[in-house]
Amino acid sequence: MADVAIREPSAPKVARRRAGRFFSWSRVVAVMAKEFIQMRRDRLTFAMIIGVPILQLVLFGYAINTDPKQLPTAVIVADFGPIERAILGAMENSGYFAIDHQVDSEAAARASLARGDVSYVITIPAGFQRALVRGERPQLLVEADATDPTATANALGALNEIVRTALLSETTGPLARLAPGMLPVDVVIHRRYNPEGISSYNIVPGLLGVILTMTTILMTSLALTREAERGTIENLLAMPARPYEIMAGKIIPYIGFGFTQVAVILIAGQLLFDVPMHGSLVLLLGVTLLFIATYVTLGYTISTVARSQMQAMQMTFFIFLPSILLSGFMFPFRGMPDWAQAIGEVIPLTHFLRVVRAIMLKGATAPEIWPNVWPLALFWAAMIAIALLRYRRTLD
Amino acid sequence: MNGEPVIAVEGLTKSFKGKVVVDHVDLSVKRGEIVGFLGPNGSGKTTTIRMICGLLKPDSGSGEVLGYDILTQSDLIKLEVGYMTQRFSFYEDLTIRENLDFVARLYALEPRRDYVDRTLARLGLTNRQNQLAGSLSGGWKQRLALAACVMHEPKLLLLDEPTAGVDPKARREFWDEIHELAAEGLTVLVSTHYMDEAERCHRIVYIAYGKVIARGTVPEVIAGSGLHTIVVRGGDTAAIARRLKGRDGIDQIAPFGNDLHVVGLDPNRLERSVRDAIAGSDAVAEPDATSLEDVFIRLMSQSTDNFANGAGAGHG
Repeated sequence: MADVAIREPSAPKVARRRAGRFFSWSRVVAVMAKEFIQMRRDRLTFAMIIGVPILQLVLFGYAINTDPKQLPTAVIVADFGPIERAILGAMENSGYFAIDHQVDSEAAARASLARGDVSYVITIPAGFQRALVRGERPQLLVEADATDPTATANALGALNEIVRTALLSETTGPLARLAPGMLPVDVVIHRRYNPEGISSYNIVPGLLGVILTMTTILMTSLALTREAERGTIENLLAMPARPYEIMAGKIIPYIGFGFTQVAVILIAGQLLFDVPMHGSLVLLLGVTLLFIATYVTLGYTISTVARSQMQAMQMTFFIFLPSILLSGFMFPFRGMPDWAQAIGEVIPLTHFLRVVRAIMLKGATAPEIWPNVWPLALFWAAMIAIALLRYRRTLD
Repeated sequence: MNGEPVIAVEGLTKSFKGKVVVDHVDLSVKRGEIVGFLGPNGSGKTTTIRMICGLLKPDSGSGEVLGYDILTQSDLIKLEVGYMTQRFSFYEDLTIRENLDFVARLYALEPRRDYVDRTLARLGLTNRQNQLAGSLSGGWKQRLALAACVMHEPKLLLLDEPTAGVDPKARREFWDEIHELAAEGLTVLVSTHYMDEAERCHRIVYIAYGKVIARGTVPEVIAGSGLHTIVVRGGDTAAIARRLKGRDGIDQIAPFGNDLHVVGLDPNRLERSVRDAIAGSDAVAEPDATSLEDVFIRLMSQSTDNFANGAGAGHG
């Protein structure tokens, strides 16, 4: 650039020529620097950037502990033979079941299950051992309190194996013929209160998307409404900044803040929960960048529409709730009715969750995640367009 | 003062929610002029200024500011205009220097540090440069706002009630600064309520309920009002004022300290009524110059009569 830093009286003219350009990095930097300073001064918000991810991660993370052990268990056993003892012993040894309730009637067992005193009721019917020896595949009934299905999913999944192991040690001698092949016991599982069961594997990586959704939209949805409420928008509009420069200047710092959160979440996720990372970290960060940019822009779009900070907050939650509920974070996506799936498909979080899970849990590569990346990019482009169209250049 | 026109707009009209706030306002300001923009609250001053600097789109009307079309070239106008808003609208959570840095970057002023330093020094803000704008008193906020809108060396300064809530000494300094800037060739349009400030302008434009109802130099506006003033001194002015009320030819009666300013349109009827009222007392009556304030109060009450129903308020 030839016209840099001329300090003759004509300097303002030169600056003017430069400032008159259609795009000026100086103006983007102006807005960015201002946002950074304001964020730094606003300690509470700054604390939120670091604090919210940790808080949510710990709360969500422990609430959805996928592998709780030593859950209270009641047993109803008609006869106590060696087989029965072996099965119950194996259950205790697995660590999932803590057999600490002896009940004598089915009604009493159900009641304690209903009260939540126990998480499991195991019923071994009369004549179990005899029926087993005869090869009649007797039923072993396990009722689980599935109100929090994540709490019992792993134990129930391991049940067949536990029973098989237990029988293996007992089925020696004349009973050896029972050992191989099909399990000689019919393990019947009743998931009480919530028969569907919900997979919990998805949740920990999903938190990355959920936390980013909440904080990024919330922070940027206030970007312009705050200026409007404080009256500073009048000055901003009277100065020669163009809509896309203001947008870029306001969005870029928050993308940076979003990435700070990503670092916090990934490190905490590793330290606290041993979240596996099977795929490429670079790929994950790349998609995360796109995702953050999308939601930061969405927040900015909200701020071009909302008339007050209160409205912006309400709109943020209006977007946040369906994102949580319909993205597949809370409920398995394929389990939702078609209309809900249709809504879910236009929520960026849905696609991001698929990508994060695929990369972290399945080690997916770029071509495999592409079907969920372009919708993100499309959504982002649409948000930029809407934000620029909605941006009011005057006070009208 | 016969330079080229800096503001030349015609027929500016703007309504909000069906109420006409600015009604066919013509405005012409020449280079180097300080023009005072006066009128009661809600008369459309702010709206007019906002249309001139591109913050509002006029419903109709056209014109040029600094040779640029106000309807299509507001981006270019913004580069060469400094606009000081009525309400302080810089960032209270930024320091003085940070605010100026922000503005300097927006105008792409290089080298930025020099511009900011010079502006700080010029307006006496250097010692306070690291103070948060939010912690400043009214006078210092106003000085920061002025600093921020003159830093890019604009050709036109639009000041919207810049001295509201500022003490007399700061006001005086502010106006000295404005005159200095004007002497350097800057053109200033300033809205105000203060008579003493109006008298410091080269020309004034009086607007009420969206319409310009008087314009010219201060003596011209006073002469144009056709008002005559008699000052009554001595005696029981309060009793005289009571006697004068409602008499023929009396428009306004206003006490000024121990004096009484009596204003009317017809000098003969005015004088007769005053003579009658002071007859028998030891008060003295003599003609005096009509003050700008009397003229404005006259203009204000007139326009209220004419537009009582169509008054648009809201934007000061």
